[in-house]
Amino acid sequence: MSNKLGVFGLEGKVAVVTGAGAGIGEACARMFAQAGAAVMLSDINVEACERIAAELNAEGLQAKAIRLDVTSEADWEALKIALEGWKNRWDILLNNAGIYIGGMLENNTVAQVSKINQINIESVFIGTRTAAESMKPGGCFGSGGSIINLSSIAGLVGVPGHSIYGATKGAVRSLSKHSAVEFAKFGYGVRVNSLHPGLIETAMGDQALQDFVDIGVVANVDEAAALLKSAMIPMGRLGNVQDIANAALFLASDASSYVTGIELTVDGGFCAA
Amino acid sequence: MDCNDKVALVTGAGVGIGEATCKGLAAAGAIVVVSDIDEAAGNRVANELIAAGHQAVFMRLDVCDESRWHRVVSDIVARFGRLQILINNAGIANICGIEDETLEGWRKTNTINNDAVFLGTREAIRVMKASGGSIVNISSIEGIVGDPMLPAYNASKGAVRAFTKSVALYCADKDYGIRVNSVHPGYVATPLVSGALSRLSTSDAEAFAQRVVASIPMGRMAEAAEIAKGIVFLASDDASYMTGSELIMDGGYTAR
Ligand SMILES: NC(=O)c1ccc[n+]([C@@H]2O[C@H](COP(=O)([O-])OP(=O)(O)OC[C@H]3O[C@@H](n4cnc5c(N)ncnc54)[C@H](O)[C@@H]3O)[C@@H](O)[C@H]2O)c1
Ligand SMILES: NC(=O)c1ccc[n+]([C@@H]2O[C@H](COP(=O)([O-])OP(=O)(O)OC[C@H]3O[C@@H](n4cnc5c(N)ncnc54)[C@H](O)[C@@H]3O)[C@@H](O)[C@H]2O)c1
Repeated sequence: MSNKLGVFGLEGKVAVVTGAGAGIGEACARMFAQAGAAVMLSDINVEACERIAAELNAEGLQAKAIRLDVTSEADWEALKIALEGWKNRWDILLNNAGIYIGGMLENNTVAQVSKINQINIESVFIGTRTAAESMKPGGCFGSGGSIINLSSIAGLVGVPGHSIYGATKGAVRSLSKHSAVEFAKFGYGVRVNSLHPGLIETAMGDQALQDFVDIGVVANVDEAAALLKSAMIPMGRLGNVQDIANAALFLASDASSYVTGIELTVDGGFCAA
Repeated sequence: MDCNDKVALVTGAGVGIGEATCKGLAAAGAIVVVSDIDEAAGNRVANELIAAGHQAVFMRLDVCDESRWHRVVSDIVARFGRLQILINNAGIANICGIEDETLEGWRKTNTINNDAVFLGTREAIRVMKASGGSIVNISSIEGIVGDPMLPAYNASKGAVRAFTKSVALYCADKDYGIRVNSVHPGYVATPLVSGALSRLSTSDAEAFAQRVVASIPMGRMAEAAEIAKGIVFLASDDASYMTGSELIMDGGYTAR
């Protein structure tokens, strides 16, 4: 698609991806770099980001790695300084880092809820705040931008074993809409949208499949995948990270210039059924 | 977003969103069949595309005409050997409160906006099912939320939204490799909007336009080209895992 990118290209833009060391975040970071952006890969696993950034650099693409724990306000401040020193620009933030904690609701603990809320919700709040205040007119970068928040179909519909995880994703959906409307009304030039993948083949996807086994829905992970494909996902396959990266590119690029506050489901038809 | 050498049919393509979509698809490498009831407008769009070095052709198609659909799709297959993208875009809008709406007016809106999408989708599936494709139905934010002055339009666009999901599931069940999604533009500066406003008194038109713009968080209507970009995304293989989805492009209108 490289020669036909047109308005879907990201030339001259600077993108930050959280949780870029693996899975969906890694695929999005690679996609953004291929589309021409300078990409700051961030994760608590900075070694993974360094390895991926080096691979991208070797292909002649622009990428850099930074350690960023999304729950740390200090790390977000340090990110801003790193961006100032790199390209002195910031156009795109993909709030992707997140964790999954499953289990039956009656077995979940308050400690689990606090932890998942902090990593999946509080982080999106801090990241969105940091990006908006620096992207808005008069902010330290000041040229507007696009924020993409990873929610999930679990933020839209009910799934057994997904109560506390799904609640965080529902919060991300709602935070995205409120901030989108606020930033638009106040002329920030910052668009905010939520992305809702179905079950994607990553470490977290495997965890979710295992959870269906643990709560007794199915006997093993193969059966879990088979059940999803045959009875729940109309397209009959799990999603892959590239499916999500393509949609993220649309939301990141100027191709979505009139898109803000929406939910983009990329789920093989799951929510349409 | 690559549509290289894919054959695409766009309805209502003589002006507005349809015209912009033809340009977007052509820029992404597609061979574009421009269709409309307005031959002059459709021919102009096709000629502009050809002059810009793209492959395009105009075919006259009244989307309410069942036999014409069969003919046009058959002609496309005869000429290009395939049809991989269908954009059901033709549509009309009439601003009219429920108490003043006539059965005739209701039927006209629903025939063009809803019945025609059924006809086109069914016809496209006939030729796409062998090797797959992407069908994009242009609904509207008015298929999701209500407007007090658009009862017939609201009903027709809500129908397209739900119909799209049904067909998406059907094609997935049958393993046809055909993805079907709906697009929900907010207010777009096209002849559809200016035309509907021109049928109102000046003061009513101003009040309607003011009410609309004031309720768009981004504070402006869209340009047709902005909507076209989302349509091209859904048409392309980059939307590979999307079917039965709704793509809203409304400057935040429905997020409020
Ligand atoms: N995989 C799926 O099925 C699926 C479905 C819907 C939504 N999502 C969402 O997509 C996002 C990415 O999921 P994934 O499947 O790629 O996950 P993953 O577990 O494969 O990767 C997550 C990455 O985030 C990093 N991370 C975790 N905690 C962090 C923290 N505090 N600070 C910084 N980085 C941290 C991890 O080190 C890892 O590199 C998540 O928000 C997830 O909820 C995933
Ligand atoms: N403009 C908006 O604000 C807006 C918002 C949401 C959705 N939409 C939808 O987008 C689509 C395109 O809208 P637009 O604003 O570009 O409209 P438009 O009025 O500017 O253009 C519509 C085109 O459709 C053609 N057409 C009308 N009846 C036809 C028929 N029976 N057969 C074939 N062609 C026919 C017309 O000749 C015209 O070229 C419509 O479905 C509309 O409902 C528009």
